[in-house]
Amino acid sequence: MGILDSKVPKGPLAEKWTNHKNSIDLVNPANKRNIDVIVVGTGLAGGSAAATLAELGYNVKTFCYQDSPRRAHSIAAQGGINASKNYQGDGDSDYRLFYDTIKGGDYRSREANVYRLAEVSTNIIDQCVAQGVPFAREYGGLLDNRSFGGVLVSRTFYAKGQTGQQLLLGAYAAMNRQIQRGKIRSFTRHEMLDLVLIDGKARGIIARNLVTGEIERHSAHAVVIASGGYGNLFFLSTYCMGANVMAAWRTHRRGAFFANPCFTQIHPTCIPVSGDHQSKLTLMSESLRNDGRIWVPKNLDDAKAIREGKLKPTELKEEDRDYYLERRYPAFGNLVPRDVASRAAKERCDAGYGVNKTGEAVYLDFSAAITRYGTEKAYTSGLKDPDADTVRRLGEEIIESKYGNLFQMYEKIVDQNPYKTPMMIYPAVHYTMGGLWVDYNLQTTIPGCYSVGESNFSDHGANRLGASALMQGLADGYFVLPYTIGDYLSNDIRTGKISTERAEFDEAEKAVKERLEKLMSGKGLHSVDYYHKKLGKIMWDKCGMSRNEKDLKQAISEISALRKDFWENVKVPGTANSKNQELEKAGRVADFLEIGELFAKDALERNESCGGHFREEYQTPEGEALRDDENYKYVAAWEYKGEPKDAKLHKEELAYEFIELKTRSYK
Amino acid sequence: MKIYLKIWRQKDATSKGQMVKYTMDGIEGDMSFLEMLDVLNEELISKGEEPVEFDHDCREGICGTCSLQINGRPHGPDTLITACQLHMRSFKDGDSITIEPFRAKAFPVIKDLIVDRSAFDRIQQAGGYISVNTSGNTVDANAIPIEKENADDSFYAATCIGCGACVAACKNASAMLFTSAKVSQFALLPQGRVEATDRVMNMVRQMDLEGFGNCTNTGACEVECPKGISLENIARMNREYLSASIKG
Repeated sequence: MGILDSKVPKGPLAEKWTNHKNSIDLVNPANKRNIDVIVVGTGLAGGSAAATLAELGYNVKTFCYQDSPRRAHSIAAQGGINASKNYQGDGDSDYRLFYDTIKGGDYRSREANVYRLAEVSTNIIDQCVAQGVPFAREYGGLLDNRSFGGVLVSRTFYAKGQTGQQLLLGAYAAMNRQIQRGKIRSFTRHEMLDLVLIDGKARGIIARNLVTGEIERHSAHAVVIASGGYGNLFFLSTYCMGANVMAAWRTHRRGAFFANPCFTQIHPTCIPVSGDHQSKLTLMSESLRNDGRIWVPKNLDDAKAIREGKLKPTELKEEDRDYYLERRYPAFGNLVPRDVASRAAKERCDAGYGVNKTGEAVYLDFSAAITRYGTEKAYTSGLKDPDADTVRRLGEEIIESKYGNLFQMYEKIVDQNPYKTPMMIYPAVHYTMGGLWVDYNLQTTIPGCYSVGESNFSDHGANRLGASALMQGLADGYFVLPYTIGDYLSNDIRTGKISTERAEFDEAEKAVKERLEKLMSGKGLHSVDYYHKKLGKIMWDKCGMSRNEKDLKQAISEISALRKDFWENVKVPGTANSKNQELEKAGRVADFLEIGELFAKDALERNESCGGHFREEYQTPEGEALRDDENYKYVAAWEYKGEPKDAKLHKEELAYEFIELKTRSYK
Repeated sequence: MKIYLKIWRQKDATSKGQMVKYTMDGIEGDMSFLEMLDVLNEELISKGEEPVEFDHDCREGICGTCSLQINGRPHGPDTLITACQLHMRSFKDGDSITIEPFRAKAFPVIKDLIVDRSAFDRIQQAGGYISVNTSGNTVDANAIPIEKENADDSFYAATCIGCGACVAACKNASAMLFTSAKVSQFALLPQGRVEATDRVMNMVRQMDLEGFGNCTNTGACEVECPKGISLENIARMNREYLSASIKG
């Protein structure tokens, strides 16, 4: 097993978790009162973990950069959360949820972790309902379900288009109950700047109070990293503005391995970039592809005329439109998975067929659905010979009832009415499947340091299916970590309070202060955003939806040069000992400039295509992803050795004992 | 477009603040309001000045972080949106725009346009939860059927994003709409009923302790709420409070 021991328990797949829970060490409730745990990040994973650890009796300190735990970006998730409840009686089971998830991830996730995820999924729904999360219900008072992204059963629980919001508020409420009981101390507007190790174990953090600028020391018997993903290194993404990799990256710099950094999900249906001032991108739910048809003009001249505003999309004849997904993938059409749809849109735009000013947009057109629904409605209403306007009006009403809030959101941002003219969409960075390497107990390679939710790597493989991120966050936080961490903490019942006066805290604080001073001392002309945007462009152009050896090598050298320039020339106004948003950004971008290079290095190393990672050299004659199970069926876990170029690769071979690996095809 | 800005600048909580004028040129209609401020900040940094600090995060209207008083209205002139969803096309060439932080005694200024809304967290901590163990030993979710209409109304109350626009819009700086939204979410569900008395008494007590004013049924909160949280929630909270007072 070498240095990467996954600690996956022996025995049949369906019994591993139960057996493991029965055999791990427990901590006596009276002893839990003497043990402190730090949780960094208070989204779905961190919030639920903090609440449950406090419930069990541990003393918990939580840290978040937001002004309240309720604002974590889990709140923006729209679609829903999967659970193998089989309330619909349509044949769902833990095994089917497990199978869909592992196949959807292109066989690059850990079998035992994914099975456990499916197994605890039903508990999540029970827990959230008990907490008062107002899920959608049927008229009989029971919970409603819907189907999501390419699965054949109805297992997605939802609260309108705001499922993430309601689940996060549930975890936040559970946290509030523990704050009121004095079991959680919540440090808001705080940022973790370093991890403190004593005798090789995680024993605390150095944090900065973002209001006063004060550097604080916090000790604990274990540290949980729940800081989310690193997709903001692309600058433009569907992440919130503050999402950063700092806690995970600083942990990596202290010795935790970073796994599969190049696995990034690009979501195909986002509102395109409108100009140089753009600060972020907004997602349009995947569900729109159920009724929208995706197309670009067939002729380059028409595309040019549309871009210049001389031709309207509605004026283009049916035979002059290229419904490229339906053309290339007759079986799945517009409903191909996210990675396939994203690449196909890029291919058309790169070839010059893009339809907005920047040439980076395709149409998502509802006119056929409006006509179809309108005709059907007219027929069932007894209208024998309806005119076109009537059909259109009736059809728009149906579309509004299904997607009204999304159409309204689009109109607010783009200022065009999507009922009258096709939506413009383009792929955008949405989720990172890579993260801190963890074993079955969710422990990183640093003893006492754990990672949950999007900040770890284990459950989604190379691609993430819809409605599975919320499931993993809550599974880790409510039901997995609280058990597994006890195994480690049972050895700490005699340790006693850990002093923050120790030399290790002095050393870490000194390093943090030097780094802040260095950021403040740049004498150049450029702002932090200048560097962030440059990094984002390199990442998007060379490490985005498709990658090749030449571009990746170039990206590595460009990022390295940009990082050097940043440290010499970045200009951060104000002072370090007060509220300073530019300094906060500078620290985060400094980390993005490191992980960006490791990302490219990881992509260069992986000579295959799978999920969100598409290497142009490895594709079938039809242009589809070509996986190489023989050589790349492993987790790439990187060890920090100073500069990212020196990072050392360790491999955790993925063993599939219970399922057979197959090729995904959507023709 | 050319836009004239007047922005509240305040170094920290204890310093005296003042309005400062800025002129922006080349503003495009498809910029969001916050992207316009990003551009201003880039200009300030390049001139060696300190940028204007303001709270923002998701920039898609759901996290509730942004908190600007724009031309005297929380989140600006459009209805049912947050400041991050406001676009510059809502303004015209030559417009003057005044930008201030949300104003309320219970929301002290931290810096420039950033205010401290942690009072909202403390109101939630006083009882905005159901006391259930997070152990996974709960009953099956479908064991508690809930009437669809109640579940939907509970959901609408629960969509409050906690931005504080209701407080900033209210002449009394009252937090009644915010507090009542959470009270209503649980009042409409069977799960949290056993502790309803304590919940409403404790949350209202905390709301008063934080220095929020009283409700005089003016209704400005409902008008300015980006999520359309209804005044009916305040009526529901008043009923809950009355029955709790009688019991208590």
